[in-house]
Amino acid sequence: MSITSLTAVEIAAKLRSKEVSAVEVTTAFLDRIDSEDAKYGAFLAYDREKAIAEAEAAQGRIDSGDSLPMTGVPVAVKDNISTEGIETTCASKILKGYIPPYDATVVEKLKAQGAIILGKTNLDEFAMGSSTETSAYKLAHNPWDLTRTPGGSSGGSAAAVAADLAPVSLGSDTGGSIRLPASFTGTVGYKPTYGRCSRFGLVAFASSLDQIGPITKTVEDAALLAEATTGHDERDATSNPAPAVSSRELKSGTLKGLKLAFPREMYGEGTDPEVQKAIQASLDALRREGATVDEISIPSIPLGVTTYYIIAPAEASSNLARFDGVRYGPRSQGQGHIDVVAKTRAEGFGHEVKARIMIGTYALSAGYYDAFYLRAQQVRAMMTQQFLDAFKDYDFIVSPTAPVVAFKLGDLSQDPMAMKTLDYCTIPANMGGLPGISIPCGFAHGLPVGLQLMGAPMEDERMLQAAYCAEQLFAVSPKRPNL
Amino acid sequence: MPNYVTSVGMEVHAELSTKSKMFCRCQVAFGGEPNTRTCPVCLALPGSLPVPNREAIEMVIKTALALNCKIGGTKEESIFHRKNYFYPDIPKGFQTTQYGEENPFGYHGYLEIPTPDGGTKRIGIRRIHLEEDTGKLMHLPSGGSGIDYNRAGTPLMEIVTDFPPDIHNGEEAKEYLSQLRQILMYLGVCDGKMEEGSLRCEPNISIAPEGSKELGVKSELKNLNSFRSVQMGIAFESRRQEAALENGETLLQETRGWNEQKESSFAMRIKEAENDYRYFPCPDLVPMSFTPEYIEELRANLPELPLAKFQRYTQEYGLSAYDANLLISEREWAYWFEEAIEKGGEPKAICNWMNSDFAKMLNEEGITSRQSKITPDHLVELVKLIEDGTISGKIAKTIFAKAYETGDMPKKLVEASGATQISDTGAIKAQVQAVLDANPDVVAKYKGGNMGVKGFLVGQIMKATQGRANPGIVQQLLDELLSS
Amino acid sequence: MAISLDEVRHVAKLARLDLDEPEIMSLQTELNALIGHFSDIQAVDFGGVDPKLHASNLTNVWAEDVPRSSFKRELALKNAPMSKAGLFLVPMIIED
Repeated sequence: MSITSLTAVEIAAKLRSKEVSAVEVTTAFLDRIDSEDAKYGAFLAYDREKAIAEAEAAQGRIDSGDSLPMTGVPVAVKDNISTEGIETTCASKILKGYIPPYDATVVEKLKAQGAIILGKTNLDEFAMGSSTETSAYKLAHNPWDLTRTPGGSSGGSAAAVAADLAPVSLGSDTGGSIRLPASFTGTVGYKPTYGRCSRFGLVAFASSLDQIGPITKTVEDAALLAEATTGHDERDATSNPAPAVSSRELKSGTLKGLKLAFPREMYGEGTDPEVQKAIQASLDALRREGATVDEISIPSIPLGVTTYYIIAPAEASSNLARFDGVRYGPRSQGQGHIDVVAKTRAEGFGHEVKARIMIGTYALSAGYYDAFYLRAQQVRAMMTQQFLDAFKDYDFIVSPTAPVVAFKLGDLSQDPMAMKTLDYCTIPANMGGLPGISIPCGFAHGLPVGLQLMGAPMEDERMLQAAYCAEQLFAVSPKRPNL
Repeated sequence: MPNYVTSVGMEVHAELSTKSKMFCRCQVAFGGEPNTRTCPVCLALPGSLPVPNREAIEMVIKTALALNCKIGGTKEESIFHRKNYFYPDIPKGFQTTQYGEENPFGYHGYLEIPTPDGGTKRIGIRRIHLEEDTGKLMHLPSGGSGIDYNRAGTPLMEIVTDFPPDIHNGEEAKEYLSQLRQILMYLGVCDGKMEEGSLRCEPNISIAPEGSKELGVKSELKNLNSFRSVQMGIAFESRRQEAALENGETLLQETRGWNEQKESSFAMRIKEAENDYRYFPCPDLVPMSFTPEYIEELRANLPELPLAKFQRYTQEYGLSAYDANLLISEREWAYWFEEAIEKGGEPKAICNWMNSDFAKMLNEEGITSRQSKITPDHLVELVKLIEDGTISGKIAKTIFAKAYETGDMPKKLVEASGATQISDTGAIKAQVQAVLDANPDVVAKYKGGNMGVKGFLVGQIMKATQGRANPGIVQQLLDELLSS
Repeated sequence: MAISLDEVRHVAKLARLDLDEPEIMSLQTELNALIGHFSDIQAVDFGGVDPKLHASNLTNVWAEDVPRSSFKRELALKNAPMSKAGLFLVPMIIED
């Protein structure tokens, strides 16, 4: 069995038992990236020398008995997460050549454990998108079908894991950007409760919605990576005081007695009937195991996409104002400072980013703030309350992760509204700050389908446990695409 | 021609005396090499996040309490907003501040200023809130500008007077600024150095016909670097606006710069229309609210403010208003005085020595009271030596000067110099008699009705005793012997 | 509630984006499509709920006033496209 097809838990075990060395493991993945990534477009950058050096240091720790759960495990990191000394572009031209002088907290935590930063993965520019098609550098391809998207915005992270280019990866999720690509690539994607994973070092898209989280082959791996990267951070004022999400208690068990709710509104317009079939089959399997699945109604769900497309761009328009070519990034030519900034931004940002900055600026501008931004935040409050009310009677909410399976590259580029509705099922978790996870549950048209679980805030551990059992129950096969 | 009344709204920005910046822990300091006090946060690197400085927040609340404000915003909770605009000295492309009537840390307070007739007047304060300072933009001779972000992120407290304005002329504005500055320095929240930019003032000035219920069109004055400029600027604007109105011109709401050399204001570009700041609550920061217990604890621990000290010094110690004002002019000076009183010094005497000899010497050398060798112990001892008759007031001046130079205690100096006052009546009598015997013609003049020559005789006696004879006893004995 | 070309230009100015005419026109279409959907939330009855202006329920998060070391100047200026004498350089600020 090749190293690159192993999970992080398996790799960690083999490292501790000295069956493999840390340098062997890292080299195996780097070699595979070298030879295979041209097909997938998963990586934007990686520093071989640095990674090997980290692996050597990790081996030192293993040898001296000083290892931690992630020591020696390579991790691919989405390129909107700051890595010291490694170019961080957010897949945008406006950050070409930007080499951060500091590590994001999650990267610091991984390094403290002796994990290896394998490389930076591809994404939609500034995490704005659902297909990684707006990356200014390269397209990402779905390992299950290279003509299709791996989803977005964390498409590179998902493709890397699905193609065995990295055992685990970190993505970010603002409206579904971890969960959707996980669903499209048959991997596990977990977005923690808002505030449980530090955003310090995550290039901000929408501050009140963003979270960093794992994309992995298994729920066990997601829990491992979550434990290493979550927990209170004093450098993020929105960081939850709770300690890291614990992975210790994951155990095989029963789903009997679990009370699940399925909001009927989750089957929105445009849901592929084959996807619906796969989801129903999964729900039936859960019922057979003794879980109850009740259909409920959460009437605000259909308002999610519109609300999201006011709040997220509004915050983004402010967060992206710092990109002006003064302190970092390339600078365009122009007449005087104002012109130079306006040209730098117009030339450096791609079309989708510009469109979102525009709509966001508009939604906050004089005369529109009350009608748009404030009102959207009211809808958000109402939606959050409806979900919290549902959690009074149910353990978790289940739904499809996405209404469709991975579509062909280029298919939706002419239809911006259709692209936006891909996040229909995932947006509510960001709105409410709820934990959410997508696990593979079957296939439609031969392509992976993901089932989404959502929990009440701070129920991450219990949600991971339920996902773990469901994952074992579904035993989706094949687990991997034909690589 | 109607009588115009000027109305002035004062907007004051005070740099808070914290050790670190508002949203990051870079050091706050004046001067230094450019861009040596920056970090991912104040440079606005991608991915950086703000964390508020607790001390800055407490300083604002203390100020709000000292200015009699209600605390915490009308919704009992304060939040930070983003003010979005582009300028090279604001690295994030927005300034973190506090917006809206519902939201500042302090609101609806007042400050009392003395009026020329000896009374006081209340100047209403509308709001006090917290924000961050920008970097420094420097225009370079070669063209273009250079930016130094050392100052970017320094905590800035903004204090805005109430509406409609209570200030109606430059003198009141100057008095307001002066009292405010003193309070801020007493609280230890700002060093008050206008010349270093720690305290900035932007008055909004308008005129309206007397009795009119509406205010006129206002102009905002920038670039006023001293109290004097503020006073002059307001007077100038009043006159300029009145002249314009008399001329039949329409006044524009504008921002004007102050030219110190020319002592006049000039129009700056009107940018108002373009600036839609798109304020919204900052999602990276969480709301702040304060329990009544916490507020009370802060209030109880506020230092005694200048006004209270003034009242105490004049009423309890019987000092004159003039003297009291000198003592409270600087917080350290008042504290020095109080320490001396605590050590048993007699208030009036201590006050006199401080405000004359001590102040003069400090000013000449350009140092502060704490930097000098004189401590409250020195002065207390000196005053006691005069009180108990060991030395005369005149000798004391010499001793004080010596103590200032060497730091030696007065008692020790007096003993070393042998300058103790002679109060032995017998010894003095002998000296007096000797002088009278040596100057018979002067004695004759005195007895002939010339009172003036007595001074000469006193002088001779003091000379003979190296100035140590107790002057009171000398006078007494001289009178006695002359009349015999 | 459609957005006019002039409004698009004004927003582009606020956002410091030097867009060319084709971009302005295509953005007008896109923005109008989005704005059309915004009316979905205008008529909603919220049942008197306050806007969710902050994502968590945290309050009073702050740090003690203890200075920490800053970047060395070379590091701060490392990514600057133009710098000189320790300053970040920008061209002259011409206001229109």
